[in-house]
Amino acid sequence: MGATHLPSTEFDGTGIDDRLEAEAEARLGDPVEPMVQLLAPDGTLGSDPVFSEYAERLDPAELRGFYADMAKIRRFDVEATALQRQGQLALWVPLTGQEAAQIGSGRASQPQDYIFPTYREHGVALTRNVDLAELLRQFRGVSNGGWNPKDTNFHLYTLVLAAQTPHAVGYAMGIQRDQKFAASAALADGTAGQATEPKAAVMVYFGDGASSEGDVHESMVFASSYKAPVVFFCQNNHWAISVPSSVQTRIPLANRAKGYGFPGIRVDGNDVIAVHAVTEWALERARQGEGPVLIEAFTYRVGAHTTADDPTKYRESAEEGRWRAKDPLERLEKYLRAEGVADDAFFEQVRADGDELAAYVRKTTHDLETPDIRTAFANTYVEAHPLVAEELAWFEEYSAGFADEAEPADTEAAN
Amino acid sequence: MTTMTIAKAINEGLRATLNNNPRALLMGEDIGPLGGVYRVTDGLIAEFGADRVVDTPLAESGIIGTAIGLSLRGYLPVCEIQFDGFVFPAFNQITTQLAKMHSRSNGNLTVPVVIRIPYGGGIGSIEHHSESPEALFAHTAGLRIITPSNPHDAYWMIQQAVDCQDPVIVFEPKRRYWLKGEVDTESPGPSADPFRAHVLREGTDATVVVYGPLVPVALAAANAAAEDGHSVEVIDLRSISPIDFDTVTESVQKTGRLVVAHEAPTFGGIGGEIAARISERAFHSLEAPVIRVGGFHMPYPVAKVEEDYLPDIDRLLEALDRALSY
Repeated sequence: MGATHLPSTEFDGTGIDDRLEAEAEARLGDPVEPMVQLLAPDGTLGSDPVFSEYAERLDPAELRGFYADMAKIRRFDVEATALQRQGQLALWVPLTGQEAAQIGSGRASQPQDYIFPTYREHGVALTRNVDLAELLRQFRGVSNGGWNPKDTNFHLYTLVLAAQTPHAVGYAMGIQRDQKFAASAALADGTAGQATEPKAAVMVYFGDGASSEGDVHESMVFASSYKAPVVFFCQNNHWAISVPSSVQTRIPLANRAKGYGFPGIRVDGNDVIAVHAVTEWALERARQGEGPVLIEAFTYRVGAHTTADDPTKYRESAEEGRWRAKDPLERLEKYLRAEGVADDAFFEQVRADGDELAAYVRKTTHDLETPDIRTAFANTYVEAHPLVAEELAWFEEYSAGFADEAEPADTEAAN
Repeated sequence: MTTMTIAKAINEGLRATLNNNPRALLMGEDIGPLGGVYRVTDGLIAEFGADRVVDTPLAESGIIGTAIGLSLRGYLPVCEIQFDGFVFPAFNQITTQLAKMHSRSNGNLTVPVVIRIPYGGGIGSIEHHSESPEALFAHTAGLRIITPSNPHDAYWMIQQAVDCQDPVIVFEPKRRYWLKGEVDTESPGPSADPFRAHVLREGTDATVVVYGPLVPVALAAANAAAEDGHSVEVIDLRSISPIDFDTVTESVQKTGRLVVAHEAPTFGGIGGEIAARISERAFHSLEAPVIRVGGFHMPYPVAKVEEDYLPDIDRLLEALDRALSY
């Protein structure tokens, strides 16, 4: 695996991960995996022996699309935060700072791939064409999900940390089996060698905090043992609520993959082009049956973990400032302008589209209907269940007892 | 009809499942060439191959978690947890993920995973090998829990669990694995609904409700009580979630007295739920308080004293005496 080292001025001595890296190298006597970066913060495009090839596949429309998506999801993030402050959402999980990690990786997936997110993957959801208003159902408190994963192959958000990682591996093992079924069926009916369904892979997202959970370890053991077509996408945003990543790990997370026997790549998570290239490479590899990859997107959560916490209590504002200088949108904008790929009109249109999305989200959030609790009775089990039936019957009878009380008020209002 | 042990009946049930459902597969540690520590999966890997009988890494959360993923892809995983006390590393996956996936997806997703857990004591084993954690799972909505007590049920219930669209935990009474009985492999007969209780012995003076490993104990106690002139009805609950309260209520309305027994600790157990429900449903039929017989409020004790912990014939008879004394 070839990869470029980062320009030393960009990440040197500016944060805990740099110290972590130096400590790990000193302790292990083994260099940590270099970080893949293609687009520097000043907007210049570097080269990489492996991943430049993937970057070269991108046409101007796709590059503009990356920017449009990142801008759109940042605008959405601002709007959702405002909605929470206005009491319209119970909680919000901001993503600002992580747009490149999410848009770059999400755009590298194909429709037949299946994505298991954690709870901050609003940008990935956008790339999978999930209606962002539906995404807010969970945070509005009208659903524990909100969308049908079968429509977009984008699974529901998971709040129990890392619980989705074994699901992803199991799903990938299912894909393996499907391919075996299809191959033996083709042999049986004499259609072997003819066009088949496109090969699929699974991508699962988790954070640096979740990387400490046992389920991540078990998932990686299973994935490696069965060579499952799964890409583990860790967004190392440096803070698990208030606890820094140095408490989660003493070596760069990407290095852990070696212990499981598959590649681990650390990529500049604020570089959308590099993230896209690395993810495309990993997904292609998985679809071709070469097994799992761990991608560590080295990024930063600029805001709070959720609207319930206060980053000023656990970190210096200077740290946030240093990371704002590596902003994923600004660096792509510099590149697009320098290359003549996008002009003022484009960026104005992106801003207008963002405002339109925000207005849509604001309106649809207010309009999200409170569900009838009967839907919860209906969905607890697939098949008929006597206890549920009994409790529903009681609830109906109990509710009917209030029917008379409502009538006089209605009559009064009508009069 | 053919005679076999419970362990063999489950083995045959799994064989039938694998034959009938191309998308069914078994998962668990040591279930391959070894055939499971109780040999319940004996011979299946040779017959169906390593893709259908998957010897997994030693990781309970991983087993259940990957089974959830496989089920989301349309497969029917049947997971083996080696012993009752080892299910807890998977407790999170079972209770926060498996049980709730259908509900939180607003009915869009189903996760028909089956989990087999050998449970209960009486085998003289060491720590964590003799527990009865069924109530911990029964408290979680979204799960179904069944437990066979005889080979015929064992053969059919495992297949019915796989056919069910909801996640099902099958608690297998490990000390009865070698209990022999007749199995009709052609028809389940009255066992067609795994969530219905069976009245195993009719009586008029008191009802004893049990399940799994205590069924033979209850039948023996009822026979002993008969020698003293008491007619005791014995109900094999079979399903712990849902519980077939209709069958229990009907019995209590006839007998007026109820004793519920299980190996799990009495406090917070299934017996308390049955006592409360029957008090609500059949209060005017009750001639005596519902009496519970179960384990004590302690970790499952060391093997040398487990006979003092486990409900036996004498403890059931003592409870019946109390009920009949009102």
